[in-house]
Amino acid sequence: MSADQTEKELLKGLAGNDRKASETIYKQHYNMVQALIVNNNGSAEDARDIFQEAMLVLYEKARSGNFELNCQLKTYIYSVCRRLWLKRLQQLQRYSTEIDGIAEVVQVEEDMEKHEARNLEFSVMEKALLSIGEPCKSLLEAYYLQKRNMADIAASFGYTNADNAKNQKYKCLARLKKLFFAQYKNQVA
Amino acid sequence: MTDDMNLMEMVERYVRGEMDPQEMSYFESLRRADPAIDQLVVEHSMFLRQLNDFGDRKAFKTVLGETHEKLLANGEIRTEQPKVRVLQKYKRVLAMAASIAGLTALAISGLVSYFTPKSSPVEIAQLKKELNAVKISQKQTQNEINTFKNTSPRPATPGKFGGTGFLIDGKGYLVTSAHVVAKADSVYIVNSKGDYFKAKTIHVNDNTDIAVLKITDSRFEPVQKLPYGIRKAKADLGEQIFTLGYPRTEIVYNEGYLSAKTGFNGDTVTYQIAISANPGNSGGPIFNQSGEVIGVLSGKQLTAEGVVFSSQSKNIFKALDSIRHDTTTFTIKMPTHSSVKGIDRVQQIKRIEDCIFNVMSY
Repeated sequence: MSADQTEKELLKGLAGNDRKASETIYKQHYNMVQALIVNNNGSAEDARDIFQEAMLVLYEKARSGNFELNCQLKTYIYSVCRRLWLKRLQQLQRYSTEIDGIAEVVQVEEDMEKHEARNLEFSVMEKALLSIGEPCKSLLEAYYLQKRNMADIAASFGYTNADNAKNQKYKCLARLKKLFFAQYKNQVA
Repeated sequence: MTDDMNLMEMVERYVRGEMDPQEMSYFESLRRADPAIDQLVVEHSMFLRQLNDFGDRKAFKTVLGETHEKLLANGEIRTEQPKVRVLQKYKRVLAMAASIAGLTALAISGLVSYFTPKSSPVEIAQLKKELNAVKISQKQTQNEINTFKNTSPRPATPGKFGGTGFLIDGKGYLVTSAHVVAKADSVYIVNSKGDYFKAKTIHVNDNTDIAVLKITDSRFEPVQKLPYGIRKAKADLGEQIFTLGYPRTEIVYNEGYLSAKTGFNGDTVTYQIAISANPGNSGGPIFNQSGEVIGVLSGKQLTAEGVVFSSQSKNIFKALDSIRHDTTTFTIKMPTHSSVKGIDRVQQIKRIEDCIFNVMSY
């Protein structure tokens, strides 16, 4: 398999939630990013945050389906991290807005915009989930996030049967949806 | 409402492809017939996708955190510390400025300490617990019975003072409050299972109220990797905090927030925090949300409600520096990174609690 082919396989694995794939990417590129951040007024903690954010960008891009990587994975990750770190430096108003580094970069503006829009959507969802209260929050998380089945949930939440739990779940979902769209239309649209 | 719910259920099954062909064609005709329903289907499926992606992203974040820890532990990635750049050119000027600043600071602190009224010690209650006489005699009897039943070595009499301590190095180094081990003949620490280990005091600083202990018992099994880190930087106002301690013989959890960056009468080595603390909590670690130790619980003000003080975590670094200065064989390695960042509180506590001990001084 050529290097190109291997990277394609890795991205496919990443999109399919394959732990091995994300671990491999992590292993191959973390030290490079850390060197970049640490040499530009950052700490190891900062490097970890920035790198994981970049992994999220990659993850979402890989899952969007129409992902074509027209450069090396390394160059892409480097470019995203460089862009993220510049932005963080500006927010912190630290000295330089220039980053030393000699590696090649590609344009990632469009991806970053998409990622930020996505972040906003998720923060709306998180807020909505936090404000619906218990037991709704746990119930919905168990079903939609942890993907447990209804009978199992009914047992652990103390509902007499799966149908009862299901009804309660739909009521909760309706509330969450209302909260979500009220916020969503305000912020995103 | 029930109509809405039915519709939601149908949409969900439709999106997941769980409908049989007959139901599907009925549903699709329903959509064509009523634009309002069609609109709802579009909206609901978008919402479900959003919720689903949200869950996946959250799971992926957890995977990333775990991967980082794993690779770090296996040595496949390493932590690089920023290099300090010394300005060669200004070295002399800097040195001069520093010595002038040092002298001034000394003079001012001398004057300040000369003129400040001594704060009355009764105003701050140090949270060590004095066990009363009845309890002592009761425990003595209990102990006598225990010595027949139990072969695990433990001190003959119950402790005079109790407090809390936590590991800063898995090899058996702990931090607690200085006043917990003050005037102690001997110090024992007890884990949550009730096992006693002998410890010795290797450093005490009454000003910062920090003491460092070393477990000398050979039965103590070293902890491979501490789950929490000690924070070097200052904590922020309003940060959510929590603590674990032994006001009883059982480990107890409490939470609160950082209310001021200085302590009693503007004391800069402590923080003021709002948390419920009782005798025995002294020496307990104060964690922020990421599981970093930002302070060591020290005492509370008697004349005000809900005012608790904690020694700042930088004092632990100071204590280590002075130990390093005093001995030639310095081997304490303190973690600065928390590996319980971003996980659920209950899980955090499960990982942390084994590193928190009850400190008994005799």
